[in-house]
Amino acid sequence: MEHHVNFVHNIPFFSIFFAMFCGIITPLIKNGRIARRLHGFMVLLVGILSVVLLVNVVQDQETYTFMMGHFPAPWGNELRIGPLEALLAVMVSVVMFLTITAGSDVIFKEIVPEKQNFYFIMLNATFGAMLAMTYTNDIFTGYVFIEILTIASCTLILAKGTKQAIVGTTHYLVFGCVGSGLFLLGVCILYGITGQLLFPQMKEGIALLMATGDYHFALMIVVSLMFVGLGIKSALFPFHSALPTAYGSTLTTSSGILSGLVLKAYIILAIKLVFEVFTVETLVELKIADVMFVLGVLGMVMGSVYAVHESRMKRMLAYSSVAQIGYIFMGIGLGSVAGMLAAIFHVFAHAVTKSMLFVCCGSFVEGAGGKEQLENLKGAAHRNPLAGIAFTVGALSMIGVPLFAGFISKLYFATAALEMTGLRLVLVLAALAISMILNAMYFLPSVIAIWTRPKEEVQKTQISPLFALAMVLFIVVNLVLGIGYRPIIDVMELGIELIQMTL
Amino acid sequence: MSDNRSFWQRLKGWIDGDEVIIDADKYISTRERKEIAPGEKRVSVEHVRSNNPTLYRVLCVGITLCFIVVMLMVVMDLPMFGDPGSPTNNEVAARYLESGIEETGAINFVAGMILDYRAFDTFGESNVLFMAVVAVLMLLQRDKKNISAVEDKEMAEDEVFDGQDSKIILKKGAKCLAPIVILYGIYVVLNGHLSPGGGFSGGSIIGAGLILYAAANGHKKMQTFFTVKTLTITSVCCLLTYCGCKSYSFFTGANHVGWEVPKGTPGDILSSGFILPLNICVGLVVACTMYGFYALFTKGEI
Repeated sequence: MEHHVNFVHNIPFFSIFFAMFCGIITPLIKNGRIARRLHGFMVLLVGILSVVLLVNVVQDQETYTFMMGHFPAPWGNELRIGPLEALLAVMVSVVMFLTITAGSDVIFKEIVPEKQNFYFIMLNATFGAMLAMTYTNDIFTGYVFIEILTIASCTLILAKGTKQAIVGTTHYLVFGCVGSGLFLLGVCILYGITGQLLFPQMKEGIALLMATGDYHFALMIVVSLMFVGLGIKSALFPFHSALPTAYGSTLTTSSGILSGLVLKAYIILAIKLVFEVFTVETLVELKIADVMFVLGVLGMVMGSVYAVHESRMKRMLAYSSVAQIGYIFMGIGLGSVAGMLAAIFHVFAHAVTKSMLFVCCGSFVEGAGGKEQLENLKGAAHRNPLAGIAFTVGALSMIGVPLFAGFISKLYFATAALEMTGLRLVLVLAALAISMILNAMYFLPSVIAIWTRPKEEVQKTQISPLFALAMVLFIVVNLVLGIGYRPIIDVMELGIELIQMTL
Repeated sequence: MSDNRSFWQRLKGWIDGDEVIIDADKYISTRERKEIAPGEKRVSVEHVRSNNPTLYRVLCVGITLCFIVVMLMVVMDLPMFGDPGSPTNNEVAARYLESGIEETGAINFVAGMILDYRAFDTFGESNVLFMAVVAVLMLLQRDKKNISAVEDKEMAEDEVFDGQDSKIILKKGAKCLAPIVILYGIYVVLNGHLSPGGGFSGGSIIGAGLILYAAANGHKKMQTFFTVKTLTITSVCCLLTYCGCKSYSFFTGANHVGWEVPKGTPGDILSSGFILPLNICVGLVVACTMYGFYALFTKGEI
């Protein structure tokens, strides 16, 4: 059979395997700094290749499947790549690279030297697992990489080795296990009623079941189990309580990666499931979309309410993540393509912004001698002006000020809501307004606090060139998402269109 | 609220930070006592548990019972086990059974399925094991933050006991049994593509043999041939082999390059392409993981 070999098509497979390969060989590298260089090189290479892939798939307007092995679709594993997946891979690489570049001082300072290379094993594994979850076209592969991501993220929290970190990890682990357990139950039952594991075949099977009405109850339970499972893993509102303890007790780099990317990986998988397995119509018909919508709206408000009451910065940022995850689930729950688009854009905006905020917070807390109460952070921005500027940009973006990334996603949420009628329209707009005011209520005071000039003389923190570079790039990325968002939205729209066209 | 300052004064105080904590605590506690609006999440789980243990238990049992009932209803709804009309009896299972031997060269269909048809998932699974060991190393390996005098004393006592000849039956028994157990594990791993078993099951048998030996003869003796270095190098080499073999077959398969690995005669020990080496890799990783867990949880080092 004549078959044209397009080497660009191998990039997703290469990215996943290269990330896992680096994770596997890192134990042989005893020196943490070399391990960091390897990690940085790997992420950079994958990022560049993902950009090449993105350009290629957008130019060709194509979506293709990549056979993992010698056996075609329903028998072997498969990856599926389109513009949306490539864009997500680029986002994951950029955020990962910038966070670790900016936060590597924290890693070397807080982790005992003989365990530093373990931390990088986990970072490599996290990265590989997130790529695999983005590209996969097979639900069981998705589950396997959820497992890797759970273990790796728990270890990232654990890395600090303090008692608080262990308590935080335990909370996170319990929630993580419940989430994966429910997801696995859902996968088993879904296999039982469709007999397939790959997304396209499952989609056919579910369409058939919806048409004939067979196993209706089982299907409803499956959908709830899977989405509740993913909701628990991505800290949707009533299941958020592990987050503040975990993020508050660990390294700020870990918190940045976990909140910016790992929570998003589960959401990306949920979005893929919505488009490629269940379809939006099924979710609306089974009323799961309504549940996600209500929980999302509650999360938007309650997350911010908790954050307002919080006086420690890391915990405040963690509660803010809960609110932002609420936005995303509300977008998915709207049950329309516009809502999904807004949700996906918010995944980007929040990933870029929250990782930056956590890294800045890490720099402030370090400057304040490890104290993270807002009162101790007064004047922190004068110690490290660059981090102060970045924190201000992040806070403005979170509040939703124009020119920054957060504004665009809120704009798209509002636009998506205008397609709705009645109660939903009112709820979305009200929740957006309340949540924005609450965001301002906790972000502005912290911004004012860090810029307040303290009475005593401030001594400047040493800013390493890598930190400075990463911070500047973070700000640039945020502004690009906030000003030059149009091309990105176009790629997302193309991606969604192509996903829906398959089958 | 009892606080009679103006809003702006309170806001300023909150920005200043020092008063806000006391204020917030007082505010929350007074509100909790006054009114607990239904549906509002003011009452923490700890609060309920400490003040009202019965309610907490009843709720736990109630939620679990609801879940059990729902899951039983789902199971009632599902097709019967072995039902020929069930959706799982489709072209997927048919091809695995009909052309499995020809396509993978493995007589054990399960081995063919997990190590050839769906080898990517198994790659993930063996990485899960490796990550788990590294996670436990991160948690339990003794370092300067993770050490106490009591533990040191206990370990010294253990060593003294291990050195004495007090456990003669255990030691002799283990000396006879451990090699047989390990040998049986190796047999199961090597015949993974021919008979029931394979990397995961054989590896856990080998791991059990190692644990038996370590339990009887003590940690010191085990360290003469199995240290953390052995564990790391074995796991890393096995996973790299897996990674390499599968990269090769995924790359050639997806790009339709050809160059397939020869399958050999089904039934021979040297057959079925990559399945035998992959089984050995998975087996060694599983054995290292099992023993690593045991050693780390008992001693804090391997």
